[in-house]
Amino acid sequence: MKTDNSGDVRLSGISKTYGSFTAVHPLDLTVPEGSFFALLGASGCGKTTTLRMIAGLEEPSSGTVHLGDQDVTHLPPYKRPVNTVFQSYALFPHLDIFENVAFGLRRRGIKSVKKQVEEMLELVQLGEQARKKPHQLSGGQQQRVAVARALINHPKVLLLDEPLGALDLKLRRQMQLELKRIQTEVGITFVHVTHDQEEAMTMADTVAVMNGGRVEQLGSPADLYENPRTTFVANFLGTSNLIEAEVDAKNGDDIVLRAGGGKLVLPQARCSAPATAGGKVLVGIRPEKIALTHADDAGSIPEGRNRLTGKIADASFIGVSTQYVIDSPVCDEFAVYVQNVERDGRLVPGADVVLHWSPAHTFGLDAAQAIDAGTEEEADA
Amino acid sequence: MTLTEAPAPLAPAEPAKKPPRRRGRLTPYWLLLPGLLWLVVFFALPMIYQASTSVQTGSLEDGYRVTWHFATYWDALVDYWPQFLRSVSYAAAATALCLLLGYPLAYLIAFRAGRWRNLIMILVIAPFFTSFLIRTLAWKTILADSGPVVHTLNSLHVLDLTDWLGWTAGDRVLATPLAVVCGLTYNFLPFMILPLYTSLERIDGRLHEAAGDLYARPWTTFRKVTFPLSMPGVVSGTLLTFIPATGDYVNAELLGSTDTRMIGNVIQTQFLRILDYPTAAALSFILMAGILLMVTVYIRRSGTEDLV
Repeated sequence: MKTDNSGDVRLSGISKTYGSFTAVHPLDLTVPEGSFFALLGASGCGKTTTLRMIAGLEEPSSGTVHLGDQDVTHLPPYKRPVNTVFQSYALFPHLDIFENVAFGLRRRGIKSVKKQVEEMLELVQLGEQARKKPHQLSGGQQQRVAVARALINHPKVLLLDEPLGALDLKLRRQMQLELKRIQTEVGITFVHVTHDQEEAMTMADTVAVMNGGRVEQLGSPADLYENPRTTFVANFLGTSNLIEAEVDAKNGDDIVLRAGGGKLVLPQARCSAPATAGGKVLVGIRPEKIALTHADDAGSIPEGRNRLTGKIADASFIGVSTQYVIDSPVCDEFAVYVQNVERDGRLVPGADVVLHWSPAHTFGLDAAQAIDAGTEEEADA
Repeated sequence: MTLTEAPAPLAPAEPAKKPPRRRGRLTPYWLLLPGLLWLVVFFALPMIYQASTSVQTGSLEDGYRVTWHFATYWDALVDYWPQFLRSVSYAAAATALCLLLGYPLAYLIAFRAGRWRNLIMILVIAPFFTSFLIRTLAWKTILADSGPVVHTLNSLHVLDLTDWLGWTAGDRVLATPLAVVCGLTYNFLPFMILPLYTSLERIDGRLHEAAGDLYARPWTTFRKVTFPLSMPGVVSGTLLTFIPATGDYVNAELLGSTDTRMIGNVIQTQFLRILDYPTAAALSFILMAGILLMVTVYIRRSGTEDLV
């Protein structure tokens, strides 16, 4: 692989405003060469605008865009060594698949395109379809043509704008793996825009979660999932149970909190908010980290685990796990996912239960934020 | 019990299905009927009547009789081929001018006009609110010998050039081929702009972005993406301009002279002044066949059979 870092994307203080509306607040971001980078966020969070500024389809209101050492901020798109896979593909309907893929090569004055185009169509497994028109292909095939048409130019960076949005769920899963395979094979920097958190986590090495024109948090998928630093990230990536708790005392590396009459322990290192005695923090715990025990067996729960009591409000069996909604004094819709290994027949709606989990799985967030940021309820409002 | 009961509701529903289906099969034909009647009465019957007229001989006093005298066609062609040729070349010139003037305007309306789009469209159609004749007569004033247009063209020595090309005569524009072609262009311009606009407006703006992203400069994007995709509009626009322009006689009548008579003028004179009905009918059929032939070749060559 190249070592000159020419495939780095560096955004320095770029922003975009439309009249009085700010789509992207001044943003610094570095995407290292060869990485699969995802910009994740709900619609209108500025992720597509950011991508379009890298492509040159949108002029930044401030700041600069660098590709490697080259400042491309004011270059028109046709002079930038980047290519885009557009949302709903934007294939040229009057050209066949071969000519669609050859388009970029021909514009750069390359005469013998046949071998390259055939190789590229082979890479995306469309060798047989070369002479068909785009409308004769299925959605998944069109998507692959769009990828081939961009990749054949060996761009320094490939930009993907919700490339899988128009596909059905099964095909989307398949294409996620396919794109990941292609990226590994060609080693080009991919910047992928999506609103689907699962897609971002499956494919990307690094995910930047965007909200309201700002990057909320940046990190590897596992890091973002395990250590969210804002309620938006906690709720947008998967599901989180958030409880408001009061700081009782500090005990070595742990913070002891009071919530609903019980005590909870939170490792100091996993709390992103300043915790002072008497102050408030939001305590978070992922649903699959929680174990559920019937209230009658409460004595068998090991010491040192965080506990809450509650009553099962709802249980839905979804095969691999059962998803419970627990009505507890601290939160009336506590989500708990239990693997279906040994099912306790007493765990039915109405049953009194004890929720317990390891303190190490607990995370703490600043209580000053909206507790429902990034949830579906908030998005609908 | 519950298992055997479940399919029961299906049974009574089946016989009820048939009657609506039979009625439904005839509905398209009933809907077709009014249009079909109109075509028969106002298109097919007059065509047959004209066809029979064209092979009749006789005189106004003795009456005409069908004698299958096909020589009328040959005679008409021999006598009037210069007017045919002139009609086709004037119409072709006007169509080319319409395309040159109309395409940039349609492009502007479709991609650049923003909130002015509707206003410009209204302005394009606005001339239709006045009569065709009045508008053509207005051109008489515009191109008048002492008018500003002739004066300007003269002082710029443009008229020397057009005179040399045979488009104008001396210091005059009126009563020359240029005046007729100008009139045709003006009158048929909206028929060019509307289909062009419709097909340009349908082009997905992201295709322009995609072309730019794939290293096409703006002009290349136009040549390789926008123009090919607007071909349906170009074809229907040129047809809508060329076909009526070939048969037009008003512009040549009002803005031209005896040297600029088009085939439409000949047919009109044969019908209404000389009262030689067979020759007029034969000329009409030759014109129709000629246009049909040219249009067929044109559509075949432009490769847009499936798009028109």
